[in-house]
Amino acid sequence: MGEALPRGDRILVIGYGMVAHRLLQALAARGITQRNDVVVIGGETRPAYDRVQLSSAFAGASADELTLDAATYRSRRVRIALGDPVVVLDPAAKVVRTRSGRVVSYDVCVLATGADPWLPPVSGIDLLGTHTYRTLDDLESIAHWARARPDRPGVVVGGGLLGLEAANALRLLGLDTHVVEVAPHLLPAQLDVGGGAVLRRQIQALGLTLHLGTSIESIAPGDDGAVDVVRLADGTTLDAGTVVVSAGVRPADALARPAGLEIGERGGIVTDNGCRTSDRDIYAIGDVACAGGRCYGLVAPGYEMAEVVAARLAGDEVTFDGADTSTTLKLLGVDVASVGDAHASTPDSLELVYADPVAGRYAKLVTSGDGRQVLGAVLVGDIGQYGVIRALATSGGTLSGPPEDLVLPAGRGAAADVVLPDVAGLCTCNNVSVGAVRAAVRDGEADSVAGLKTCTNAGTTCGSCVPLLKKVLDVELAASGREVSSAMCEHIPVSRQEIYSLIRLRGWSTYTEVVESIGTGRGCDICKPAIASILATTAPAHALEGENAALQDTNDHFLANMQRDGTYSVVPRLPGGEVTPEKLRAIAGVADDFGLYMKITGAQRIDLFGAQLDELPSIWRRLVDAGLESGHAYGKALRTVKSCVGDTWCRFGVQDSVGLAVALELRYRGLRAPHKLKSAVSGCARECAEAQGKDFGIVATEKGWNLYVGGNGGFKPRHAQLLATDLDTDTLVRYCDRFLMFYIRTADRLQRTAPWLESLDGGLDYLKSVVIDDRLGIAAELEADMACHIATYSDEWADVLDDPLKLRRFAAFVNAPDVTAANAPVGVQ
Amino acid sequence: MTEWTPVCRLDDIQRERGVCALVADGAVAVVRTFDDELYAMSQRDPFSGAMVLSRGIVGSRVIEGETVPVLQSPMFKQAFDLTTGVCLDDPAVTVPVHPVRLRDGLVEVGTVSVDG
Repeated sequence: MGEALPRGDRILVIGYGMVAHRLLQALAARGITQRNDVVVIGGETRPAYDRVQLSSAFAGASADELTLDAATYRSRRVRIALGDPVVVLDPAAKVVRTRSGRVVSYDVCVLATGADPWLPPVSGIDLLGTHTYRTLDDLESIAHWARARPDRPGVVVGGGLLGLEAANALRLLGLDTHVVEVAPHLLPAQLDVGGGAVLRRQIQALGLTLHLGTSIESIAPGDDGAVDVVRLADGTTLDAGTVVVSAGVRPADALARPAGLEIGERGGIVTDNGCRTSDRDIYAIGDVACAGGRCYGLVAPGYEMAEVVAARLAGDEVTFDGADTSTTLKLLGVDVASVGDAHASTPDSLELVYADPVAGRYAKLVTSGDGRQVLGAVLVGDIGQYGVIRALATSGGTLSGPPEDLVLPAGRGAAADVVLPDVAGLCTCNNVSVGAVRAAVRDGEADSVAGLKTCTNAGTTCGSCVPLLKKVLDVELAASGREVSSAMCEHIPVSRQEIYSLIRLRGWSTYTEVVESIGTGRGCDICKPAIASILATTAPAHALEGENAALQDTNDHFLANMQRDGTYSVVPRLPGGEVTPEKLRAIAGVADDFGLYMKITGAQRIDLFGAQLDELPSIWRRLVDAGLESGHAYGKALRTVKSCVGDTWCRFGVQDSVGLAVALELRYRGLRAPHKLKSAVSGCARECAEAQGKDFGIVATEKGWNLYVGGNGGFKPRHAQLLATDLDTDTLVRYCDRFLMFYIRTADRLQRTAPWLESLDGGLDYLKSVVIDDRLGIAAELEADMACHIATYSDEWADVLDDPLKLRRFAAFVNAPDVTAANAPVGVQ
Repeated sequence: MTEWTPVCRLDDIQRERGVCALVADGAVAVVRTFDDELYAMSQRDPFSGAMVLSRGIVGSRVIEGETVPVLQSPMFKQAFDLTTGVCLDDPAVTVPVHPVRLRDGLVEVGTVSVDG
């Protein structure tokens, strides 16, 4: 035991990023925030956020979603000041001064200032339009700048981890994107030549242009003084409206230098194995530290340092002895992982390589000379074995089977049922061992992945170990004789698929019947909407009819989409994207009279935003009178069947795509499903309707229709897979009926068709055998279920307008019929 | 002292759903559970700032062995204990609750006047 920090001493943390956040969590976990004051001074104006997920801000995540949860250390004694960075550190007086002149004293100081982007010393690097990629503010300024120049290309300097993230960000902004990397392949720190080559092909296929083995020579301004042209060392000249520099980082050690702290040869504050700097009252952790002569630049080692400092301040003599640098990257749809000694630099080490450039898969395993110990790996395309390999590499355990089992695709090698030792690391981000997870399951602390995340912290940071976490959980539960829980939630103890079968079999038609027969309690936002969705198919009735109205999530309950301020958006159905001038006028009139913001959606519809709850009936009265009906944009239901213009107008069209799209949309409108359903019909192989990105998409051929299933856009875009070719229209519709009903019956809650298809044992071939060959003998049943849906469909909004009881729920205030949301007193709007 | 404002009839509130009522303190979500217990809490969702709580799902959750009635915000789905207003997903956050009673078939919401 060392000496614990005396009660009442003040800890000053400089910097409030991910590692400082982790330190605060660790201090709270050890009770230090009860005994000592903690002052945190952050340079950025925001609280700590998940920098690792930075580019997801472009994929729709808001800054708030990235913010790290401070709940565990929020306390009277923890004070966090933002936006006023420390500019002077005075170790002799044990005080710091901030930019605004505030002076703060400390007993112990922890430097967690992170790293700053490194800028290559070339002319024009500081021009307007040149950005770094490190903070949320950076991202905002990139987005702001690039959106104003959507037609000019973007150039990213640096093809490492962050560089590719930045390239993805520019791509998401719609820019023609170039990446310049000085090494001969991408991700030089993590990958070898072979892995880099597979990654290159995948990334090029996405439309990014790569310039490898060359560097930037200069950036030249245009007439407006902003970036215009980027010149490369190989003579290439690139037109550029936006430049993002992500060519590495340097420790942000500026405070430490004048303070006289020892600095590493290539920067970074030198720390001992207790994370202490050359001043005994100052610690340094994360990217700013040069620990054991090394600056890591990764979050996991920083977390480990944070834990070490917290332990030391509590009096435990824990040491930091280097950290695992394994990483995974999910970027541009390509999974990449690098484990341990990826470059096979250990003497006598062996490399086992499996490469399938067609499938975009590459795997290299680095083992000891006798092939018995795993030292490292490079994985591209399929990183399913990442968790196992990393656990083996970090524990030094001996392989029980042939090492190639770890890199061959499933089915080609023997099934790799590797037994991991307890000491093997499962989650490196949070330093959780396989043994700790096993113990948590054995002791009954958790019986689900979610439960394990709560009690062990495993899988809560980058998430790459979750598949392994699940595997260890299942094995451990099976070993202890317990069932693997597929419970929907605490109220419904079975999966969606099981409850669907039970409801069909027993003929239940209300939630109360279901929960009183097999469940407990009175439900939640998980089981109630899921069961409402099932009942919509098995016992068709209006969504707001009787007891079941109470099950609906707010969007379904008010038949509109709730927006962030509590107002709603309204989407009338425009089947196939067809619209008449009269209908457009009716929509425009409603927008005018109710002051609604209008937006054309990606699905060829019109979205009207800003409607108050109590305005919805009057809005829909007008829309219904104009011949419009609900578009079910609020439901986990069929949304739209998008179409290109087809052979009626288009010179290239070979079939009437609009006609089929309209027919399909009218056939499946109102169909409730485990998740939203999107579809499209293209009139020729040019595929202007993007049908291959839909849950079910149809592309015309000379002979009929090709049917694709299991595609989607969104966070993780998936290409649909070809289910059947050259179908006549009747057969196509029959296959669609069967496919949709089979999905509705068997998918998990909130599982879209792509992951559902992936989860089917046997995948696409199995689905074909069910839909086309009727292997399960249920085709007639599935078609009958669909016929029942079609026969019972009616427009939900027209029905509401005819029913005074249903209309009552749209009142702004139950006791003040004359007060509308719009004229309500200030403070209650 | 508590002042009681009648806001609606019991039948005006569907089982396991809420309505929004205007009382002296502002907008209040009045909730009726499956077994006809009544609860009231502020209409304001503390996480989004939107006046929407009455539009959430009403259910239950087991906390330390006891089943408590909950209202889940329709915005980001946090569950609030209807009896205390405490957010079960983030106990540092609490929504003000109001007393509520049934008198002659009328639902009455209580507000506490300061000068009592």
